[in-house]
Amino acid sequence: METKYISKEGLGRWFDAIVASEKRIYAPVKSRGQVDFKQVKSLSEVADEYIQTTQSIKAAVFPKAEILFSYEKVNGKVNLTDFDPNSVPETVLWKVHPCDAAGFRPLSAIFNWDSADKLHNAHLSRTTIVSYGCAIADESCFCTSVNGGPGNLNGSDLQLTMLPDGGAIAEIITARGETLASLCPDAFVADRGDDKSAHLVDLPARFSLEEVQSKLNKAFDSSVWKQQSERCLGCGACAFVCPTCACFDIQEDVHGSKGRRIRCWDACGFSLFTLHTSGHNPREHQSQRWRQRILHKFSYMPERLNVVGCTGCGRCSRACPVDMNILEHITSIAEQ
Amino acid sequence: MSERNTYLPYLMTIDKVIKEAPGVKTFRLKFQNEEEAAGFTFQAGQFGEYSAFGEGESTFCIASSPTRKGYIECTFRETGRVTGGLSSLEEGSTMGFRGPYGNTFPMEEWKGKNLLFIAGGIALPPMRCVIWNALDLRENFKDVTIIYGAKTVNDLVYKSELKEWEERPDVRMITTVDPGGETPDWKGEIGFVPTIVEKVAPSAENTIAIVCGPPIMIKFTFPVLAKLGFTDEMIYTTLENRMKCGVGKCGRCNVGKLYICKDGPVFSKEQLNLIPAEEY
Repeated sequence: METKYISKEGLGRWFDAIVASEKRIYAPVKSRGQVDFKQVKSLSEVADEYIQTTQSIKAAVFPKAEILFSYEKVNGKVNLTDFDPNSVPETVLWKVHPCDAAGFRPLSAIFNWDSADKLHNAHLSRTTIVSYGCAIADESCFCTSVNGGPGNLNGSDLQLTMLPDGGAIAEIITARGETLASLCPDAFVADRGDDKSAHLVDLPARFSLEEVQSKLNKAFDSSVWKQQSERCLGCGACAFVCPTCACFDIQEDVHGSKGRRIRCWDACGFSLFTLHTSGHNPREHQSQRWRQRILHKFSYMPERLNVVGCTGCGRCSRACPVDMNILEHITSIAEQ
Repeated sequence: MSERNTYLPYLMTIDKVIKEAPGVKTFRLKFQNEEEAAGFTFQAGQFGEYSAFGEGESTFCIASSPTRKGYIECTFRETGRVTGGLSSLEEGSTMGFRGPYGNTFPMEEWKGKNLLFIAGGIALPPMRCVIWNALDLRENFKDVTIIYGAKTVNDLVYKSELKEWEERPDVRMITTVDPGGETPDWKGEIGFVPTIVEKVAPSAENTIAIVCGPPIMIKFTFPVLAKLGFTDEMIYTTLENRMKCGVGKCGRCNVGKLYICKDGPVFSKEQLNLIPAEEY
């Protein structure tokens, strides 16, 4: 890893060089009072001050709906057209928060723990992640409680921490980050010795992860799941905004003799998620589904995949239409 | 990149269609691509994702025995969009298959033991694979007992094979139907599977019990087996949670710390005790 300084002017030149390299760039853009990742062509389109994009950036490596393969039926035979990894363009994810960058590891763990997921890997291997250290946070943020932090480098290829002069501390973390920086090498100059932490938000930990995990190991039959989920609507918003939720469905899209098999986002909070054809549903009640959500992220994933399925981004709490707050619920489990 | 797209199915030709019971069919499938056929192996207990192009995929076990080479078979009941689509396919048609997935019955470990098969309804297919596997290697096992029940005589699947097993001197075959499900000329037992197991009272000594059936049948059969002296490590079952990917990614069959598709579908009762019973 290498630390450099990049001036405001240098940042603009570097961004233009990335645009000129014909890489696709996704960055947070403000529109109708909401900030979300959109394809951009200039640095001026990038949103300035905001807490969090509504959606995480996971769709860049796990699209909401993705064609697994296509087929055509011809005279009783079927011709298959496989997914082509080369159809995925080189992409730069710009101004990703460290909590979103940290989400790439759990996502990849889910997609690759047993067998390699060719589609996810095709996206990931063509993606460069430029994160920005966080200068602001709100009451839903809790990255520091789940092994993260406002300047955490996990998952980033290059991280910028903005300085008052409009320049930034540039931490070049991976070879991909280096390649991206090399598009405008003279923009990156010697580190001035700026204190990174002075330019990041101070966010004390809200709970002890170890304590939560040890409580969860014995909490399967606890009444807490019912209490906490009594008002849950099962709408799945929490899963759709989550940077690490990866549950999916496989559906068919048919037009005459042609068709496509499609992977699309799903959620363990949906009542139909586990419903058997026979009518039997192993997770019939919302409380069981809420329990699955929490245990999967904080207990099953750490044990099976050696990674926590939560990065503390707080989106699920912000998106919940009935104000179920994950931080509050996790804290109350830790305090039990 | 040479790695295969996990979700791309093998193309299969439906070589034979057998009507088993109302709405229940068995398909015999052959690989269209010879290279894929040559590279394909599986073991008893494994499953796959079967697809009707235009409708989608469904999860069924491989119902044929790995000892029978050159094809695989699946048995399914027409209940929804995919099984409806599959059911409308005729001999010679093309369908998709992904697999084999999941773990296997430990047939090697069972050498020299008595095998007791207990199945209910449409749960005979996963067991049929093991039964034929054992019968094709008959000298490896001692007594083979099969207790199979369905709601009605009409609902019994693999009727010609039931007859074949009944006629074999080296198999003890007990067939039963639920009370009211019998026909005037029915010569088998009448009663629910757990009741019949209690009545037949197979010896637990040196015996492995393989139990497959609807959750309610399993729930009431386990205590009967316990009463007969079967301990948890002598009892095996297969779980059939809803699945989409079959390879531990889609999250659907996650129960406790386990994925039914990866850690199962075959579990001993001893292993089942490690996961919450209300979730399968």
